[in-house]
This record gives sequence, C-alpha cells and structure tokens, in this order.
Amino acid sequence: MTGEPRKVVVVGASAGAVQALLTILPALPARFALPVLVVVHIPPDRDNMLVPLLQSKCRITVKEAEDKEPIEDGVVYFAPSDYHMLVETNQSLALSTDEAVNFSRPSIDVLFESAADAFGAEVVGVILTGANHDGAAGLRKIHAAGGMAIVQDRAEAYATAMPDAALRACPAARTMTIDAITTYLTSLGAA
Amino acid sequence: MSDTTEDIEIELLLEALFQRYHYDFRNYARASIKRRLAQALTQLGFTTLSALQDRVLHDPKMLPRLLDFLTVQVSEMFRDPSYFKALREKVLPHLSTYPSLRVWIAGCSTGEEVYSLAILFKEEGLYDRTIFYATDINPDALAAAEAGVYAVDRVRKFTENHQRSGGKSSLSDHYTAAYGRAVFDSSLRNRVVFSDHSLVTDAVFAEMHLISCRNVMIYFDRPLQDRAIGLFRESLARKGFLGLGSKESLRFSTHAPAFADFVPEDKIYQRREP
Ligand SMILES: C[S@@+](CC[C@H](N)C(=O)[O-])C[C@H]1O[C@@H](n2cnc3c(N)ncnc32)[C@H](O)[C@@H]1O
Repeated sequence: MTGEPRKVVVVGASAGAVQALLTILPALPARFALPVLVVVHIPPDRDNMLVPLLQSKCRITVKEAEDKEPIEDGVVYFAPSDYHMLVETNQSLALSTDEAVNFSRPSIDVLFESAADAFGAEVVGVILTGANHDGAAGLRKIHAAGGMAIVQDRAEAYATAMPDAALRACPAARTMTIDAITTYLTSLGAA
Repeated sequence: MSDTTEDIEIELLLEALFQRYHYDFRNYARASIKRRLAQALTQLGFTTLSALQDRVLHDPKMLPRLLDFLTVQVSEMFRDPSYFKALREKVLPHLSTYPSLRVWIAGCSTGEEVYSLAILFKEEGLYDRTIFYATDINPDALAAAEAGVYAVDRVRKFTENHQRSGGKSSLSDHYTAAYGRAVFDSSLRNRVVFSDHSLVTDAVFAEMHLISCRNVMIYFDRPLQDRAIGLFRESLARKGFLGLGSKESLRFSTHAPAFADFVPEDKIYQRREP
C-alpha cells in the first residue's frame, strides 16, 4: 500500500445495470475529482457495448480498464468482460483471469474487497440493481474497513436480489434512490 | 496507509518460499496473490499465514498444495478463437517458409494451449517440422499437460472455440472419449517437450520462431513483466513472433521498440531486425 490517502468510488451492478448507470454516470461533471471503478456482469460473448454507449453520453472520461493501469481521478474504469478487475494499490489496477467468483467474472466482490484492502476507509461502495448475490461480501468488507456502503433502494431497483443480499450482509449500509446516489456522488466529487 | 499484519505475513511467506524453494512470487501482482492466499488459508485449514509459513518451511509436501493456490490454472482450448485464427491466417504462412520450427508455449498450465497449437500446426501441415517447448512452474499442471486428459463436459466449449478459430478438422478426430474424459491423441505431443521453467528466475534456452505466452504476465508487476518480455526478445529469431493474452501488451515495456505490431487486435507482435 502506497501513497497519500485518496478516495475512490466502486460500483457493482448486474441485471438492470445499463439503465441505472445511464442515470448516474452522465450526471457526473467533466471535472469529477475521484476515480470510479465499475463492475457490471455481462455475458462474455456480448462484448462491452456499455463502454462506448456511456462514452457517448458522459462528460466524465469512461474507459475499459487495462492491466496495471494507473488509477486517475475523474475517470470511470469498467472491468473488461471475462476478467476480474482488482485494485492493486491505491495507485493502480490489475486484471486477472482467476476463477469466477459467485459465478461471475468480473466479480463485484473481487473489486470491492481489493478496493477495501488498498484504500481502507476511503472507499465509497455502491451496490445497484442485480439478480444475484455478488458484491454483498465486498460491501461488508468496505464497511468494516471504515468506508461508506450504499445500496440502491429496492423499491426502484430493476432486480432486487443484489440490493437485498447486500443489505443482509451489511445492514449498516445506507439505502438510497438512484437520484440520491447521483446527488451524493456529485457532491463528493465536486473538486 | 501502513502495512497490516496480513501484508507483513504475505511478504514473509513469499520470502520464505523463495529462500527455501526458489519459487519467486515476490513481485507478482499482490491483490490477486492476497485473495488466493486467503483461500489457501481456509482450504488448507490454517488460521494465520504465519502458521502456513511454518508448515511449508518444514514440510516440503506442503509446497505443491500451496503452489496450486499461488498459480492460477484457468485455461481452455482455443481460448480467444480470434487469436488462433490470426495465427492460422497471418503467422503460419510466414512460418511455413522455414524448414524447421521451434515454438515456445510459456506458462502452458494444464496443456489446453499446447494441444490447440499442435492441432493448428497439424491442420496447416507444419506439425512434423516443429518442436514445441511447453513450460510452466507448476509440476502438477505440467503432468496434466503431458497426460492431455480433460473432463468431457469441457469439450463442447473447446469444440466451439476450435470451429470459431477456423478449424479444418473436427476436434473429435483428435481425442477418444471414455469414462467421462477426453483423452487427446499422443500424436499431438510426440513433438512436445514439457519442462519446468520460470519466466522469473530462469534464462533463455533456445531460439524460437513463435512464442505464445498468454495470461501469465498479467499476474506479474510491471518490472517482472519487463523481465519476461526481455527473455522473449532474446529468445526470438529474426522476425519471430510473440503472442500474448488479450489483455496483455508490450505498450508499457522498455523492450517495446524491439517489436512491431503484427496483429494488434490479437496481441501478436513480430521481432524487428536487431
Ligand atoms: C492462467 S494460466 C494460463 C494458461 C494458458 N497460457 C492460457 O492462456 O490459457 C497461467 C499459468 O502461468 C503459470 N506461471 C505462473 N508463474 C510462472 C512463471 N514465473 N513462469 C512460467 N509460468 C508461470 C502458472 O503455473 C499457470 O499455469
């Protein structure tokens, strides 16, 4: 672990992810002050159409993460399909082809747990809509390390299994609507 | 942030493995090592990494079990079919001008990549003039590679990949299925030399026309990646080819100028004239 304390936002989503991310990410200003790391479950063969789509809609830079890439503020990094994305130190990312976790590669738990290791209390973890349990253990770990745990309000989630599992694993997490999450992140990243 | 007790224990364990057994994981990408050591702890039944270290230092039988966690054995035949298609359509036509060929599969794991290349070379009529060197640091993986036996439920995916790579034969021509297992034909390995070799601690051993090293360097930190690429540079013949995994590249390497992009979208490079 290296360097000055810095904050990071990590986001995990599955079924219904596209709509949710299309609300949150385009709202972030071009000069957003934090890095954002995102894992979305996409079938390995349907290649990441999401990155080009969001690039066209967002003011903030959106890209697919590369192995050993430095983490920069104001950039949204997506895990490539079929690779885990890990936080290596609070300065860089790594990809891996380790076994699937929770039947998922990329896995939200893998991202969240490694982020908690590298960034400690400086992590803001967000679990959005999804139909499985990935991310629950990771969110608990973020909270245990002193970070901020947020779960999308099940009332508006497209699929509720993932928010529900996250709340069960991490009852202290804050429940927020997509709009509240967007507002919260925007204020957090106002440079 | 200061190092946690766990970080200190990881550091000490990796140092112990290096000093005692000469396995050097000290500069592997740490986040992934950390996850896998956590799995090793629970599955091998230890409560701390220090206890595991104590055991592995005093009991060499523990080493292979730990190696199975520290090295990632995830593979499939014709993984990323477009890579094998690019080899078939763009690289092999060049290689066919040589009377004899040497191919190095570095980090061959349990052999899926080896059999894929052997089948590809057979289909293109180059197998009989080629020697394949298949290397890895995990002895169990090497033994499995040499055996060439895979669970039959994996073969469907292998077959699909093979077709998508432009396969000219039927994959089933190359194995016999029995008792839930597919046993690959020994004629696919009679020109393969399997051996223990580490990209971290060993040197170059022969001149190669093609090196395929996929999803191995992704586990290394940048300086270690650079060491491995230096080995490939040294080992490759003039105008020899280097193929990497789909998320690996030479972009950040000090050796990048020694290579030209050959099929960039499939991470295939060609050694420039020295
Ligand atoms: C994920 S597998 C890749 C298998 C295959 N190349 C593929 O792409 O499907 C990684 C392999 O690299 C091997 N490996 C790890 N460190 C190595 C080193 N220093 N030198 C050679 N092989 C290594 C591991 O034992 C494992 O078999």
